[in-house]
Amino acid sequence: MTLTPFVRHTGKCAALPRANVDTDQIIPKQFLKRVERTGFGPALFHDWRSNPEFELNQPEARDATILITGANFGCGSSREHAVWALAEYGFRAIVAPSFADIFTANCCQNGVAPVRLSGDSIDELIRRCRGGRGSYRLTIDLEAQRVTDESGFGSSFSMEPYRREMLLRGLDEIGRTLLEESRITTYERSRA
Amino acid sequence: MTPRTLFDKVWESHVVHRFPEGPALLYVDLHLVHEVTSPQAFEGLRQAGRRVRRPERTVATVDHNVPTGDRSLPLDDPIAATQLDALAQNAQAFGVELFDLSSPRQGIVHVIGPELGLTQPGMVVVCGDSHTSTHGAFGAFALGIGTSEVEHVLATQCLVLSKPRTMEARFTGRRSAGVTAKDLILALIGRIGTAGATGHVLEYTGDAIRALSMEERMTVCNMSIEAGARAGMIAPDETTFAYLEGRPRAPGNREWGPTVAAWRTLPSEPGATYDRRVDVDAAAVAPQVTWGTNPGMVTDITGYVPNPADFPTADERQAAERALAYMALAPGTPLAGLPIERVFVGSCTNARIEDLRAAARIARGRKVASGVRAMVVPGSQQVKAHGEREGLDRIFQEAGFEWRNAGCSLCLGMNADVLRRGERCASTSNRNFEGRQGAGGRTHLMSPAMAAAAAVAGRLVDVREWEMESA
Repeated sequence: MTLTPFVRHTGKCAALPRANVDTDQIIPKQFLKRVERTGFGPALFHDWRSNPEFELNQPEARDATILITGANFGCGSSREHAVWALAEYGFRAIVAPSFADIFTANCCQNGVAPVRLSGDSIDELIRRCRGGRGSYRLTIDLEAQRVTDESGFGSSFSMEPYRREMLLRGLDEIGRTLLEESRITTYERSRA
Repeated sequence: MTPRTLFDKVWESHVVHRFPEGPALLYVDLHLVHEVTSPQAFEGLRQAGRRVRRPERTVATVDHNVPTGDRSLPLDDPIAATQLDALAQNAQAFGVELFDLSSPRQGIVHVIGPELGLTQPGMVVVCGDSHTSTHGAFGAFALGIGTSEVEHVLATQCLVLSKPRTMEARFTGRRSAGVTAKDLILALIGRIGTAGATGHVLEYTGDAIRALSMEERMTVCNMSIEAGARAGMIAPDETTFAYLEGRPRAPGNREWGPTVAAWRTLPSEPGATYDRRVDVDAAAVAPQVTWGTNPGMVTDITGYVPNPADFPTADERQAAERALAYMALAPGTPLAGLPIERVFVGSCTNARIEDLRAAARIARGRKVASGVRAMVVPGSQQVKAHGEREGLDRIFQEAGFEWRNAGCSLCLGMNADVLRRGERCASTSNRNFEGRQGAGGRTHLMSPAMAAAAAVAGRLVDVREWEMESA
């Protein structure tokens, strides 16, 4: 599978200021029966969306491509469907103080950037996003590993070099591993 | 040489290659596959013209969306049926062994792996399911992966992974009566939180862990992911070897001796260090019950629903407020006495034979309270058959519990077993997330004995009072 590389992205933000958003909320189980990688976008945050007050139901959140949210985002189930739903809905990056491990891996397999900033920075971004009333934009520069806005906010972030490389180049991880196939064969022989 | 941990040893013996950017290419000994997270992976292989590299190291079953009622009837959910058909076709096309709905060995993937002797000490085990951590009970490094990684493992028999850090969770002291493995792990999660072990492999140590049976160890390791851990592990010992000996896929007579000798070299060495450590006094742990919407929102059955205002951070206060609104609970309410409408004894956490026996011991000669619907869903068809040989099915049915076929069932409600909006459930499963067991359903996690006692009482109760009566 070839992915769109993620090098630098500027986009509109939506804020979801809550911690421990689990993958059961991102995509509830009744939508996991599909055998395709597509068709999950409309079901994103399905149960929460039935509440008119829900953040992503507000007109300001329309067409957002960057989600600013709380700590431990994507915890719980390993379902990659959560990332497929976020990506299909239009999100190219999630900005949060921390992410669950499996979710982080799933993001990078699908060209969605999991960007970690300090809790204070996230609080500040949420304030700015709310103040912007639907016009707040961020730029995520993965090459420079920096998040900036148009009114002076700037913060660096770190990402595991391998994951960053995958995103920057839109890598097909299987193809890359198969370049090392002779090593796998050697390993298998050594254990036989 | 620096003393090494169990995890270090398993990790190092599986490194095929180190990528220049840091992570390792890690060899996978056992890849478990189920119907929900695999169809897109097989489709990816097909599109790229790739094969399954090691079909003999790959085992599939159906568990997540399968009905637990009458298996002689056709599936009434056409989308679930499509997913089951897809797995059957993929298993056949790619040469992967499948335990399907007609197999006497079908069951929850994390129940059948150990039960068949597929899961063994020192292995790297993966599955497209977060509760793969269960298999760590054998001293395996076992972790949940996403579907793209499932495809990667199918194609290469390897996983690309940066080495996680380690965290020792040491449990010491003797558990008191009525306190189970479930209570130990819930107490730990309550203490360190649902992100408390993110980026780490937990190793459970201490005399309270050594004293656990294999099934109890599986319950502990199963919920490692609920603390955010990459995996949970327990060093193999005589309990492990005795469990595995004679199982269909365990090493046979000829290899048994040398294999066990190799397994004996796995435990962490004296002086081995971990990046972090947490100590739990097992003797001080009481039966646990969750009050909120993640497994870290847990307290003693003798405790009370907390007041959100008492939490130290704004995030926690807001989360507790949301949780109490969802759970329809007021601060200060005693947990014991809370009326319930549903009971679920099942899931990869607590649906093995010892779990069913513990629940049956409470159910024997009693009746499920009127207005309560209680289900027992064995973890595998083999557990079910075992329970029937012991007469557990009759005990449960005479008490008014439903005795069903194996599957994930009400743990995640992908089949017809779901909570209705507003129903409150005493559940032996692993997640109390909003809507997990059904949209608007309210889950309280607890041990099998506690869930069975709740079924009889029609409300949450402290099982310690009952254990004394039925002893």
